[in-house]
Amino acid sequence: MDISPEKLADAYRLMKTIREFEERMRSEYQQGKLPGFIHIYRNQEAIAVAACLDMTNEDYIASTHRGHGHCIAKGCEIEAMLLELACKEDGLCNGKGGSMHIADMSKGMLGANAIVGGGPPIAAGAALTAKTLGNGAVSMAFIGDGASDQGTVAESLNLAVVLQLPMIFMYENNRYAEFTKSPKPDGRIAERAGAFGMPAEVVDGSDFFAMYDACQRAIMRGREGGGPTAIEAVCNRYYGHFEGDAQAYRNQAELDAERAVSDPLPRFLADPRAAALTEEKIAEINAAILEEIDRGFEVTYAAADPTPDKLYTDVYIHYEGRLQ
Amino acid sequence: MKMSIREAINQTLHQEMERDERVIVLGEDVASDQGGVYGITDGLPAKFGLHRVIDTPITESAIVGAAGGAALTGLRPVAELMFVDFLGVCLDQILNQIAKFRYMFGGQARTPVVIRTMIGAGTGTGPQHSQILYPLLAAIPGIKVVTPANAADAKGLLTTAIRDDDPVIFCEHKALYMDECEVPEGEYLLPFGQARTAVEGSDITIVGMSRTAVIAEEAATQLAQKGISAEVIDLRTLSPLDEGSVLESLTKTGRLVVVDESNPFCSMASEIAGLAVERGFDTLDAPVKRVTSPHTPVPATPCLEANYVPSVERVMAAIEETLSY
Ligand SMILES: Cc1ncc(C[n+]2csc(CCOP(=O)(O)OP(=O)(O)O)c2C)c(N)n1
Ligand SMILES: [Mg+2]
Repeated sequence: MDISPEKLADAYRLMKTIREFEERMRSEYQQGKLPGFIHIYRNQEAIAVAACLDMTNEDYIASTHRGHGHCIAKGCEIEAMLLELACKEDGLCNGKGGSMHIADMSKGMLGANAIVGGGPPIAAGAALTAKTLGNGAVSMAFIGDGASDQGTVAESLNLAVVLQLPMIFMYENNRYAEFTKSPKPDGRIAERAGAFGMPAEVVDGSDFFAMYDACQRAIMRGREGGGPTAIEAVCNRYYGHFEGDAQAYRNQAELDAERAVSDPLPRFLADPRAAALTEEKIAEINAAILEEIDRGFEVTYAAADPTPDKLYTDVYIHYEGRLQ
Repeated sequence: MKMSIREAINQTLHQEMERDERVIVLGEDVASDQGGVYGITDGLPAKFGLHRVIDTPITESAIVGAAGGAALTGLRPVAELMFVDFLGVCLDQILNQIAKFRYMFGGQARTPVVIRTMIGAGTGTGPQHSQILYPLLAAIPGIKVVTPANAADAKGLLTTAIRDDDPVIFCEHKALYMDECEVPEGEYLLPFGQARTAVEGSDITIVGMSRTAVIAEEAATQLAQKGISAEVIDLRTLSPLDEGSVLESLTKTGRLVVVDESNPFCSMASEIAGLAVERGFDTLDAPVKRVTSPHTPVPATPCLEANYVPSVERVMAAIEETLSY
């Protein structure tokens, strides 16, 4: 596996950004400063970052309710994201989407999704665009282990095979759906996807390098017209389903053990392949991240709420009817 | 006993599962320790076992469709569609299957399924978790649509829904779960198609349902302070619809404001306004007013969401216009 020093630094920066961004968000949320439901991605950062590292703004992703990490990995601006998560006028979706619907078309980020299983058909459509235009772009759907059971996912798997779409099914198997432990053994999801007729593999989702390797192959396959790929990234959901869920239904000792082994950041730094990343460089990256997040929050809290007339904008592009 | 809507629904499920072993509960997280996000199914798995309280995968088509199939073949399932917005995922099973079995099979079929679902805005969760959608459901022949506004009605209507041999969609407004009132002990049934006169009055009729019935009552209280006597009708079930109570109230008041959290087009407010104009025309002294949400999705941002749903102020403004006509 090849990774340039720039990409290596990028990979670290993005994973660390997701981590710091969300930890700060949690604390602000706990103080009642952010609205809605938020779903934290902690310990799954290596998946989003490995998945998007070789993508450009021309490539697409369709995300889930747990989408902050996907956004950051796909290049969404921290400040614009924060403005959206706080539902401000200048947020990515003008405050109308919030955490569960955050999107950035300019980055090929086709939206978080509050409908479990809502993303894969959309990602299949984006892959169809890429195939039709023949531009070598790929499209990826992020799919939870819970979401993997949705009919929409099965239909998208089938369509992707039938149409040989440049698509990647990125399953994030954190072994929980809300308060319910997954009854599926690890690997079952990849097995199912494979049965539709596409290459499918199980990868350790907290091992950045293993993930990057698998993603590079899948993306290459898509770009070269080789059709869809499925990756089951096995990982751990560090926090509760949404912020505020104390996970009383999880065995604490088990959870502690899982948390320790599934943190992708120390694993990344301990890997010989990350040796090119010096202590100094890491410190520099860390400082820049914290500064960017601080600045983002400062701007966000000073920012304006949408004005009341905004309730009626963007329902349509053009409409000659009454909205009120 | 005083209890919340949440507790009333939970108690009813306990009572009906106790009474009839063909009643089963299925849905996402319903058998989890905390009884789902709002604790509605709390205590059911321990009491009735995991063969009757069934955690399903996240597959709404299969949940709703299988509940329909089980109902068709002898069980009385209570399926949970966590948010009514997820209707989008399973509409075929409701629209083309469950709702039509009885008619298209020439009266052979009986589908005693209840689909419990959460409706409404107010939690800052945005366009895909905040909709009302009951007019869409009420428009489908073959299913019944129930929208309780208080805990006693929730108990009485849910009991009836579970014992009813037709498919019923039971809509629970998430902003009302914690609202408490006196609830009759023991077995308690309320008939479908019978509105509740929440407040008696003679100057104007305000019609509401689910949360807007509560808003209408608040408006009536404010009006009373101004010496205006409003009659509040809570529809309780949208299909069947108690047309008689609305028309009768109009003979007393001659003025009508309908408050409905739906989007305005093809809303329940439109339906009631149409009813008043078509069959109550002679009784009307002023044009009918509809107070609804706008023809837009529900915004995530709380500052816009607050203006989205009908407020007491908007209801009062509509009433003033109607009275001064
Ligand atoms: C169609 C639909 N059904 C149910 C839900 C409620 N819900 C939100 S997240 C979730 C669990 C999803 O689990 P998984 O796909 O494993 O993702 P994770 O939360 O673990 O990231 C459920 C049931 C929903 N939002 N949409
Ligand atoms: Mg999961």
